[in-house]
Amino acid sequence: MKTLAELQAIRDRMKDSVTMRSGTGEIRAVVGMATCGIAAGARPVLAALVEEVNRLGLTDKVTVTQTGCIGICRYEPIVEVYQADKEKVTYVKMTPEKARRIAEEHLQGGKVVEEYTIGAAENA
Amino acid sequence: MKELSLNILDIAKNSVKAKATRIEIRIDETDGRRTLTIRDNGCGMPPEMVATVTDPFTTSRTTRPVGMGLPLLKLAAEQAGGTLTVTSSQGEDHGTVVTASFDMNNIDCVPLGDYAGSMVTLIQGSPEIDFSFHYHRQEGDITLDTAQMREILGDVPLDTPDVLVWVYESLTEPAE
Repeated sequence: MKTLAELQAIRDRMKDSVTMRSGTGEIRAVVGMATCGIAAGARPVLAALVEEVNRLGLTDKVTVTQTGCIGICRYEPIVEVYQADKEKVTYVKMTPEKARRIAEEHLQGGKVVEEYTIGAAENA
Repeated sequence: MKELSLNILDIAKNSVKAKATRIEIRIDETDGRRTLTIRDNGCGMPPEMVATVTDPFTTSRTTRPVGMGLPLLKLAAEQAGGTLTVTSSQGEDHGTVVTASFDMNNIDCVPLGDYAGSMVTLIQGSPEIDFSFHYHRQEGDITLDTAQMREILGDVPLDTPDVLVWVYESLTEPAE
């Protein structure tokens, strides 16, 4: 049972960290959320990504956002990872499990999970 | 779409794209009939677009000239003995209202599904927009209003992970 008092407690807890949080946001993970993505299962993929980025304490470094149709609907759900000075990485046919692995190995560890990329899917 | 909640997420995204600052989602279950209403104060559509908006070859997307959002919702409603209506205005009181109804006892009526997950997704994607959610059902009403949340949260943004968890839980385990 959730109450507004609990929301107040979150606010009190966050108040200090919000003012301190600079949020470099050097990595951007973008989930395709148009009709195609949603129908293919993007909603749980996004939820897993948000949850995992938070669990791993990456919220300062990684921003998880949503976008519309990326244009390659047959590969949905799609997650694109943008990072300054690096080539964009496109992950295709995503699942919550794959999203968790990408959060840990790529967003945290800096190592691209090659087998989930569009390059690997096209060569399969 | 496997559940109505995914249609809700999809159609509300149109409101986001129409630059709405407030989006109201209402699900009303009365006498075996489920009525979904999504109302926004976005830019609205001209009459000629409203007239063809459930045609798959009418779309606002730019990657290709096919849009399946409203056609899929229309299909879901009509296959379950319901209807879909869209009204829109670009005037002073601009905005769009999408209403879909369903016979809940119809064997082809899609389940409502994870509406809380859809609301969390919408808020995470557009924390600056005000969402109001009202689910009227036999077991009791479930409501959420981000404007009210904002008053309590102050500077803490709505897409803060702990706040999103609170949203999900308050929609699935409502207070008495």
